Amino acid sequence: MTGKPYDDIPGTTIFDAEMSRRGYHLNQFCMSLMKAENREAFKADERGYLDRWPMSEEQKQGVLARDFNGLIALGGNIYFLAKIFATDGKSFQWAAARMTGVPEADYLAMMVGGGRNPKGNRYKGKPD
Amino acid sequence: MARITAGLAMSHVPAIGRAVDTGMTGDAYWAPLFKGFEFSKTWEAANKPDVVFLVYNDHATAFSLDFIPTFAIACADEFAPADEGFGARPVPTVKGAPELAWHIAQSVIEQDFDLTIVNRMDVDHGLTVPLSLMFGQPKEWPVRVIPFAVNVVQYPPPSGRRCYNLGKAIRKAVESFPEDLNVQVWGTGGMSHQLQGPRAGLINSEWDKRFLDRIGPKPEELAAISHLEYVRETGSEGIEMVMWLIMRGALNDRVKEIHRHYHVPASNTAVGHIILENA
Repeated sequence: MTGKPYDDIPGTTIFDAEMSRRGYHLNQFCMSLMKAENREAFKADERGYLDRWPMSEEQKQGVLARDFNGLIALGGNIYFLAKIFATDGKSFQWAAARMTGVPEADYLAMMVGGGRNPKGNRYKGKPD
Repeated sequence: MARITAGLAMSHVPAIGRAVDTGMTGDAYWAPLFKGFEFSKTWEAANKPDVVFLVYNDHATAFSLDFIPTFAIACADEFAPADEGFGARPVPTVKGAPELAWHIAQSVIEQDFDLTIVNRMDVDHGLTVPLSLMFGQPKEWPVRVIPFAVNVVQYPPPSGRRCYNLGKAIRKAVESFPEDLNVQVWGTGGMSHQLQGPRAGLINSEWDKRFLDRIGPKPEELAAISHLEYVRETGSEGIEMVMWLIMRGALNDRVKEIHRHYHVPASNTAVGHIILENA
């Protein structure tokens, strides 16, 4: 599918119909981590637990590597992916730092300083 | 007759709940945020409603991708705090208001808004963090709550216009309920934030403040804001602000602003808060 109105927004994936279809099993795997016993099973054998789900190999590798940007491209939604980093005992701030490719301390400093400025971040390849 | 007396809006960041639950509200990082709610807690205690109609979004907690209702009204007697992946928050069970909730469901559906009716549901931070902000850490929540979940996870969420008009229908429904009840409508979520991808951390304070300026006097302008504008200007999760328009639609055309607070950041998010009374 091409020509979505939000395609020109940089660094952003909209969880639309196409992404939702692509990520259904990945996101439902994430959902299973809402139960304590499933979190234990996943932590004990991540690969074995992932193999119970009809996900693509790429999606499984993305989970094992905690590659959240990669997983978003494969249909993962951040609120579902949050179950993975919650299982790891990590926060949204930690995950956001990871997705933006900076150390958490730097990310925290950016947020305390007022956050990422929208200037230059509205349109791909355009200052504004 | 039941009546809507006030509308409140506030963000519902999970880290705020964690700060309350672990006694960090006085820390240097958190204190400025909670300071802005001190007035609100006093005001709320003095103007305590019987029922809060609490508009929020579920964050892949009660609703997975199996069922994605655009608007869901919860009619149960009570709602347990959900385990969102790290154990449930240590907060009281939320008591519902089933008679009023069913009445609203029926009335609003008859006004052409096709709600999903929920009889069993755990509630996540989207619902419990606003309660913590307004009531602190009581043994029992001092109000009954009607959880009203709006889909803002699967694109597209309902439009701001649709939410604003739904608020008006909710008001009609409440005002046709025979019991004498004081009802507040809370719109939660927002303000600008993006939790995903390389643009995570986006905050647009200027835009947020203009939204706060207009929610009282110029809601029609806000109802016209497109999804694309929300996403581009306020981040992919800023679109949660459509839920504030349900609250606004449920109030009189003319309202009085009682209090306002804006603080950056709470984790990844710009926290906005406003109290509006019917004029």
